[in-house]
Amino acid sequence: MAPTATDRHGPPAAGRWRPLAGETLTPSGVPSATVAAVSGLTAATAGPEEPLVLARGLVKRFGDFEAVRGIDVEVRRGEAFGFLGPNGAGKTSTMRMIAAVSTVTGGTLRVLGMDPATDGPAIRGRLGVCPQDDTLDSELTVRENLLVYGRFFGLSRAECARRADELLGFVQLTDKVNARVEELSGGLKRRLTIARSLVNEPELLMLDEPTTGLDPQARHLVWDRLFRLKQRGTTLLLTTHYMDEAEQLCDRLVVIDDGVIVAEGSPATLIREHSTREVCELRFEVDDHEQVAAKVSDLAERVEVLPDRVLLYADNGEAVAQAVHERGLSPRGTLVRRSSLEDVFLRLTGRSLVE
Amino acid sequence: MTSTDLRILPRRAGATPAWPLVERNVVVYRRDWVIFVTGFLEPLLYLLSIGVGIEQLVGEFVLPDGRAVSYTEFVAPAMLAASAMNGALFDTTFGVFFKLRYQKVYDGVLATPLRPRDVAMGELAFALMRASLYAVAFVVVMAALGLVSSWWALLAAPAAVLIGFAFGGAGMALTTWMRSWQDFDFITLAILPMFLFSATFFPLERYPGAMQWVVQATPLYQGVVLCRGLSTGALGWDMCVAVAYLLALGSLGLVVASRRFGQLLLR
Amino acid sequence: MAGDVTSRTTKRSPGRRPGGRQGRPPGPLLRQVDHWAVRWRRTWRGSAITNFALPVLYLLAMGVGLGSYVDDGGASRALGGVAYLDFLAPGLLATTVFQNAVGASTWPVMGAIKWDKTYHAMLATPLRVRDILLGTLAYIAARLALTAAVFLMVLVAFGVAASAWSVLALPAAVLVGMAHSTPIVAYAAWLDRETGFMLLYRLGVVPMFLFSGAFFPVAQLPDPLQWLAQLMPLYHGVELVRGLVLGAPEAWPDLVHVAYLVVWLIVGGWFADRLLARRLGGR
Ligand SMILES: Nc1ncnc2c1ncn2[C@@H]1O[C@H](COP(=O)(O)OP(=O)(O)OP(=O)(O)O)[C@@H](O)[C@H]1O
Ligand SMILES: [Mg+2]
Repeated sequence: MAPTATDRHGPPAAGRWRPLAGETLTPSGVPSATVAAVSGLTAATAGPEEPLVLARGLVKRFGDFEAVRGIDVEVRRGEAFGFLGPNGAGKTSTMRMIAAVSTVTGGTLRVLGMDPATDGPAIRGRLGVCPQDDTLDSELTVRENLLVYGRFFGLSRAECARRADELLGFVQLTDKVNARVEELSGGLKRRLTIARSLVNEPELLMLDEPTTGLDPQARHLVWDRLFRLKQRGTTLLLTTHYMDEAEQLCDRLVVIDDGVIVAEGSPATLIREHSTREVCELRFEVDDHEQVAAKVSDLAERVEVLPDRVLLYADNGEAVAQAVHERGLSPRGTLVRRSSLEDVFLRLTGRSLVE
Repeated sequence: MTSTDLRILPRRAGATPAWPLVERNVVVYRRDWVIFVTGFLEPLLYLLSIGVGIEQLVGEFVLPDGRAVSYTEFVAPAMLAASAMNGALFDTTFGVFFKLRYQKVYDGVLATPLRPRDVAMGELAFALMRASLYAVAFVVVMAALGLVSSWWALLAAPAAVLIGFAFGGAGMALTTWMRSWQDFDFITLAILPMFLFSATFFPLERYPGAMQWVVQATPLYQGVVLCRGLSTGALGWDMCVAVAYLLALGSLGLVVASRRFGQLLLR
Repeated sequence: MAGDVTSRTTKRSPGRRPGGRQGRPPGPLLRQVDHWAVRWRRTWRGSAITNFALPVLYLLAMGVGLGSYVDDGGASRALGGVAYLDFLAPGLLATTVFQNAVGASTWPVMGAIKWDKTYHAMLATPLRVRDILLGTLAYIAARLALTAAVFLMVLVAFGVAASAWSVLALPAAVLVGMAHSTPIVAYAAWLDRETGFMLLYRLGVVPMFLFSGAFFPVAQLPDPLQWLAQLMPLYHGVELVRGLVLGAPEAWPDLVHVAYLVVWLIVGGWFADRLLARRLGGR
C-alpha cells in the first residue's frame, strides 16, 4: 500500500484539533452542542445526561473463575475511554458485557440508559463493535461483508450500498472491494472490521485491541480514522496493550489488572501521579541486573529491575546518568527519556508490557 | 457490482429480524449457483436408476392392500421424502457447524440486533427455501414420468418442505452439541437406517410385528406416509398424525437450537 | 497439531524406529508412520462403526428386504442365475470401498493443503512431495483394506462369500478404491475451492455409484449409456469383485478389469504427483 497523505501526518496527538480533510462520512446523530463541549484532554462533563456506559461493581464469572471482579466504569458521551491491562486482565470480558453479548454475573450495568439483560437488541443496534478476533464473513467479499452486515441492522439495501462505499473509502479499501476476505492481510482485515463496525453509524464504538498485529503505517492510519470519528462526536471505548496508543487516543483510561481497576485518570494525570518526570534506562553486559541495581539504587527515587535493563526514576534523568558513570560503571547502553504510561503500568502491575 | 445486489429477493427487512441472514446465504449461494442447480440432480438420478434398473427386476409390485403398482411409483414418494430430509440436514448440520465453530459467522451476527432465535430461524428458513425449490422440481418430474395418480400430489411438495422443517430443526439442535467433524458419524448412523428401513424400498408389512412399531416411530417413516398418501391419492388419518409429528419435531428442534445458540454464543 | 506430530517424527532417534536399523535413518515412508498413526487413532472408532453398520444395514434392506421381491419376480436369469442378495453384496463391497476412497481423497487432502496445512509442515522436514503423496496414498489404502475386510466378514456371515477365492476380493477392492483415489487426489491438489467436490459428487460419484452395475446389470441400460457405464472404472471394479466373491478367478475378463484399474491408478498417480508438487511449490 502506498503511503497516503494521512499516514505522513503521523498519529493525531490527543487534544490537538485538526481540520477534517477528505471528510466523507456523515456525522452520527449527535447534537453538535455535545460535540463542541468535548475538548482537549479534559473530557466534557456529561451534564444532566446519563453516561453512555455506567457500571457499578461489575462482575463476570466463568464457572468458578472470576475474570472481572467488581469494576466501576463511567463512559461519557463524546470521550475516548480506554481499558489498559496485561493479558488476561479481563478487558475483553468487560467489553463483551457492555456490548450485550455476554451475560452479567454480578453488579449493575447500564448501556445507553438500557439494561443489556433485557434490551440487548436495542443496545446492539446503536453500538459498533470491533472484536478482538475479526469475525468477518469469509464466504463474502469485502463489499458484501458491509452490505450484509448493514442489513442485520435493518437498513435498506440502498442505504447499505451507500454506506458501504463511503466506509470503504474511509478505511482506504476501495481497491479491494471485490476481493474475498480470505485474500486480505491481517491489517486489511482489521480495517474492514472497523469499517463494518461503523455501518450502523453507532453512537458508541467499541474496539478491542484495534491495532494489535498491524504494522506501524497501518496503525497510524487506524489512529487517524479513530481520531476523526471522535471529532465527529462518536464516543470511543477501546482496549489496548499499547501505551503509545492509549496516550494518543484516550481522554481517560483505567488500568485493569486481574479483574480489578488499579488506577484511573487521563494519561497525563496517571503519569504525574504514578511516575517521575524522567527515566534513565541502563543496559549492562551482565546476566543479572539485580547486582548492578544495588550499586545505583540510591541515585533515584525508585528503581525497577527488568531482565534486560535497569530503570532509574528521577526528575532529572541526565544527572542520574552522569552519576552512574562517575561511579565507574559503564553500561552498554544509556537512555534518558520522559516517563510514559509504560512506567505507570510497571509501577501498578509489576509487569512490563511488550511494545 | 450487480453480483452483490440483493434485488432478486423481496424487500422484507424489518418484517422479521431473521430475514437478513437468509439474504446472506443467498449472496453466498449465488456465487455457487452450479452447486445449487446440480442439487436437483441427485434425487433424479436415484429415481432413474430405480426406474431403469430395479423396476425391471422386481416386475409387478403388489401392495399389501392388493393393488398392483409399478415399483418406481412406490419408491418415488419415498425418495422425495428422503431427499427433503437429506437436503435440510446438509444445510443445518454441516453448514451450521461450519459457521458456528470455524467461520464464527454467528459471533458477528449476534453483535447486531439479531438474537439467537433469529439465527436459528434464518438458517432454517433458508434451508427450507432451497428444499422447496427441489421439492417442486421433483414433483414435476414425478408427474412427467407418470408416477402420480392424483391431484393430491400437488400437496406432496409442501409435505416435503414440512419434512425438511422437522429434520432441519432437529439436526440444527443436535449440531449445537457437536464437538468435531468426527461426531457427524453419529448423524450418518442415525440417517442411514432411516433411509433404508422407513418403508422406503418395501412396505411396512414386510417387518415382523415389533419392528413395525420401531419403524413407525421414526420421523422419516411419517414423512414417507405423508408423501406416498398424497402422490397415490390414498389418503388416511395416519397422515394427520404424520403432520402433527413432523411439526412438533421441527418446532422442538427450533426452540432447543435457539436456546443452545444463546448458551454457546452469549456466554 | 500437525507441526507437533511431524517434529516428533523427525526428532526420534532412528534406532527406535520400526524397520529402521541402528544408525541408519528410516526411509521417508516409515518416517511418516507416526503421523498417520495419530490420525488413524483419532478417527478409527467412528469409521469402525460405520464400516460395520453400513454393509449390514444395506444388505438387510436391499439384499434381504428388496431382494425377496426381486427373487419373487423371477429375475434370477437377468442376474446371471443368482439371488439378488448374492448379486448385490459384492457390488456393494466395491461401491463402498469406492465411496470411502473418494471421501478420503477429497476434503482431507484439501484440508492438509489449505486449512491445517499439514503438508506444508511436513515439507519443512526432509520429506519430499512424492514421499508425502505416497504416505497419503498408503494411509488411504490401509483404511480401505480395513473397510473391505470388515465388509468381507459381513458377506461371510450373510452366506454370500462361500468360496476361499473370496479372500482375493480384499486386494481387488483396495485396487478399485485406489484406482479412484489417485485421480481424485490429483483433482483435490488442483482444486482451489471445495465447491468442486460437490460437483464431483453430483456429476461423478453418485451416477457412478448408481449405474456401475452394483444394483442392476448394466445390460439393462439403453445402448449409449451402457457403453458409458462400461468406460467407468467402477464398472470394472464391480465386475471383478463380484466374480471373485461368487466364484473362482478367470483370466478373461478378470485380467482386463485389473489392467484397466491399474491404468487409472498409475495415470492418476502421475497427475497427483505433478499437481501436488505444483500446489505445494516444491518437489
Ligand atoms: N469463555 C471463557 N471461559 C472461561 N474463562 C474465560 C473465558 N473467557 C475469558 N476467560 C478467562 O477470563 C480471564 C480474562 O480474559 P479476557 O479475555 O477478558 O482478558 P483480556 O484482558 O481481554 O486479555 P488479552 O489481553 O489477552 O485479550 C482470562 O483468565 C481468561 O482465561
Ligand atoms: Mg482481550
